[in-house]
Amino acid sequence: MATKVIMPKLSPTMEEGQIARWLKKEGDKVAMGEPLAEIDTDKATMEMQALANGVLRKILINEGESAPLGQLIAVIGEANEDIASLLSEAPAAAAPKQEAPAKKEEPPPPPPAQQSAPPQQAQAAAAGAGSVGNGRQAAAPPSSGRVIVSPLAARMAAESGLDLRSIQGSGPGGRIVKKDIEAAIAQPQPAPAAPQRYPRPVEPGQPAPAAAASAYRDEPASQIRQTIAKRLVTSLGPVPHFFLTTDIEMDRAAEMRKGINALDPELKISINDIIIKVTAAALIQHPEVNASYQDRFVRYYEHADIGVAVAIEDGLITPVVRAANQKSLSQIAAEVRELAERARSKKLKPEEYTGATFSISNLGMFGIDEFTAVINPPEGAILAVGAMTPKPVVRDNEIVVRQIMRVTMSCDHRVIDGATGAKFLQTFKKILENPLYLVV
Amino acid sequence: MPTITIREALNQAIREELARDESVFIMGEEVAAYDGAYKVTKGLLHDFGPKRVIDTPITELGFAGLGVGAAMVGLRPIVEFMTFNFSILATDQIVNSAAKMLYMSGGQFKIPIVFRGPGGSAFQVSSQHSQAMESWYAYFPGLKVVMPSTAADAKGLLKSAIRDDDPVIFIEQERMYGNKGEVPDDPDFTIPLGVADIKREGTDVTIVARSLMVPVALKAAEQLEQQGVSCEVIDPRTIRPLDIDTIVESVKKTNRVVLAEESHPICGINAEISAEIMERAFDYLDAPIKRVSGADVPMPYAKNLENLAVPDVEKIVAAVREVAYLD
Repeated sequence: MATKVIMPKLSPTMEEGQIARWLKKEGDKVAMGEPLAEIDTDKATMEMQALANGVLRKILINEGESAPLGQLIAVIGEANEDIASLLSEAPAAAAPKQEAPAKKEEPPPPPPAQQSAPPQQAQAAAAGAGSVGNGRQAAAPPSSGRVIVSPLAARMAAESGLDLRSIQGSGPGGRIVKKDIEAAIAQPQPAPAAPQRYPRPVEPGQPAPAAAASAYRDEPASQIRQTIAKRLVTSLGPVPHFFLTTDIEMDRAAEMRKGINALDPELKISINDIIIKVTAAALIQHPEVNASYQDRFVRYYEHADIGVAVAIEDGLITPVVRAANQKSLSQIAAEVRELAERARSKKLKPEEYTGATFSISNLGMFGIDEFTAVINPPEGAILAVGAMTPKPVVRDNEIVVRQIMRVTMSCDHRVIDGATGAKFLQTFKKILENPLYLVV
Repeated sequence: MPTITIREALNQAIREELARDESVFIMGEEVAAYDGAYKVTKGLLHDFGPKRVIDTPITELGFAGLGVGAAMVGLRPIVEFMTFNFSILATDQIVNSAAKMLYMSGGQFKIPIVFRGPGGSAFQVSSQHSQAMESWYAYFPGLKVVMPSTAADAKGLLKSAIRDDDPVIFIEQERMYGNKGEVPDDPDFTIPLGVADIKREGTDVTIVARSLMVPVALKAAEQLEQQGVSCEVIDPRTIRPLDIDTIVESVKKTNRVVLAEESHPICGINAEISAEIMERAFDYLDAPIKRVSGADVPMPYAKNLENLAVPDVEKIVAAVREVAYLD
C-alpha cells in the first residue's frame, strides 16, 4: 500500500515547513530511515527521513515551497501502484500543478472500472496486488498531525510526563488508550526521537545527567505570588519585566582570563565564558532566580542551563549550555564555540536551543555600553551584558582607571522580586570581581 | 425472605399502603371487579371496598384529572393506566396539572399522586402498545419517574412513591410481572427514591441499565466474565431525580460505559446519562460512551422483527467488547 509523506513536526514551535531540498527524485528507490528531504523550520534546517520502503512516486511540494504540518507533501509506493486515491487528498492548489509533468512517469491508467471505484476499494485492490504495508489504518504510525487519545489516556500521560507522540495507539484509528499508557509506563522509555515536551523531574539527591535538561521541583505558587503575577501582567503584558543594572569591575576577571589562556592558548577562554560560569555559580546560590513562573506553580531548577544568545543571519537563537554549574571553564568555552558555529549554519537540534533556565545576551563586542534584553519565556530572567571599557572610578578617595562592564538583568516580576534579583546580582558581581570565589 | 413475583410485590405494596393510610385509594380501568388487567390489584376490592378501589370508564384524561383534584384536597391517589401507552391521552393532566400545580400555586397545593402501570415492550402487541415512555415524563420538572427491575425494588419503591408528596410516574414492565425475587415482608420496608443500585460489581466496564434491560445486562455480564471482562451493572431505579453520582463513581473506576435501554435512542434517557457522564467524568473516559437502545422504528408486530428491535444479550456483549477495545 502506498504511504503518505506528510510535513512532519521538526521543532516544538514549528507550524509549517519549507522544503529546502529534495534528496530524492520522483522514481528513486527509498528505504525506511533514509534521508528524503531537508526542511527549513522556524529554527533550523532539519533532515526528514522516509518512513516507508518503496519508490518516491510523487513530490507534491517543490523546493522553496511551504506546507503546514500534516499536509501531504509526497507519496511513497510500489513502482506500478495506483496512487490516485492518495493524490486526491492533496490540496487542490498543489495537485493540478504537479499533474502534467508527472503523467509520463505514471503507469498506464487503470481500467475504467477501478478508476471509478471509491478510494477505499482502490486502496484495497492495490494492497491485494501484493504490495507490502499494513492494510489497517489503525496500525500506521501516528502522523505528526493530531494525536488521537482517549481523555483518560491523555490525563495519565500528562501525570506521568509521557510524550504522547512517542506512544503507539492500539485503539480504533490509532487512538491511544489506557492500556497503551500503562504499557509505556511499565516499559523503560526508549530514547525519544524528539525532545520530550516536559523533562521528567529527577529524584532528589540523584544528579541529573549533564546532557539532559535540568531537573526541577514544582511548588504551588502562593496566593500572594499568584496575585503579584496577575496584577503585574495587567500593567506590563504577559511577562512583566523589571530591570536591575550594576557596574562590575572586570580587571581581575580579565587578568584571570589572560592567565588561563597563557597556560594553554588552545583554551581560548573568553570573558563571556567566564560570565557564563559566574552566572551559573550565582544561580546555584540563588535558586529563587533559577526559576520559572508556570501559571499555578513556580518551577525551581536544580541546574543552571544557560542560554547564550547568538546572532545568526536572519535573527538570533539561544543555544543552551546544560548544567553550566557543573562544567569547567574550558568545557564551557569549547561547548559555546561549537554550539555557536552550528547555530550560524542552522544545524542545531531543537533540544539544543530550548529549555534554558536563564539566558545571557552579550552585545559588548558591538561596543554597546548598556542595554536591556527581553526575557525568553518561560525563563525567569535574562542578563544583558555591555562592553568592558576603561573608566575613571573613585577608590579610596582616589580617581583610578578600572575596566568597567555594565550589566542589566531583566527579571520576570511574577517570579523574581526586586530584592531577590538584587541579591543575585550582588553575588554575581562579587564573584566576577573576585573570580577566586569560583575555586573556593 | 419470601420469594414472590413482581406482580405480587406490587400488590403487597398497594395493599400495605391502603391499610396504613386511609387517604390512599386506587382507581383505573378494571382495577376493582376484574382484579386488574394484569392482576396487580388482585383482592383489593374485596379487602378495601369500592370507596378505596374504584373502576373507571375508559377515559384516561378524565380519571387522571380526577386524581389530581383528589390530591389537591388531601387524598393520595394511585392512578393505574392499563398500560402507559394509554397515558398519552392523559398527558395534559399529568404534565400541565400534576407536574406544575405545586409551582403555580406558590406551594399551596402539593400533588401526592402515583400514576402507575406497565410500559415498554410486551410480546407482539405491536407499535401502539409497545412503547417506553420514560423520557417523555422525565423531561418535565415537577415529576418523578421510577422504573423498578426486581420484586424487592418494585415493592420498596412503590411504597416510597405512594408516600411521596410529589407526583410520581411509576413504570412497570409488562414482560417482567412474573419475574420472581426475594422481598422483605417488613411492612415498613421502603427504598428511597433517587438512589441507584449496583446490581453487580465489576472493574472493567460500567453498564447502566433499567427495567427490562437489567436482567439482560446481568446475563451479558455473566457471559463477559467468562471472556475475562468484569462488568459493573448499575440500575438507577429512579430516572428522575437521577443518581448520577453513583454512575460517575463507577465510571471513574472502570473508565468505560455502555448504556442499555429498550426505548428509542433519540432524546432518550441514555442520551441524558451520556451527557452527564461526559460533563462530570470526561477525564476518566478511555472510550466513547456506547449506547444500546431499542430500534429507531415503531415496534414491529412480526416476532422476528420485534426481537431485532429490543436490545438483547448479544448486543450488550458486543457493545462492552467495543468499549473495552477487545474487537
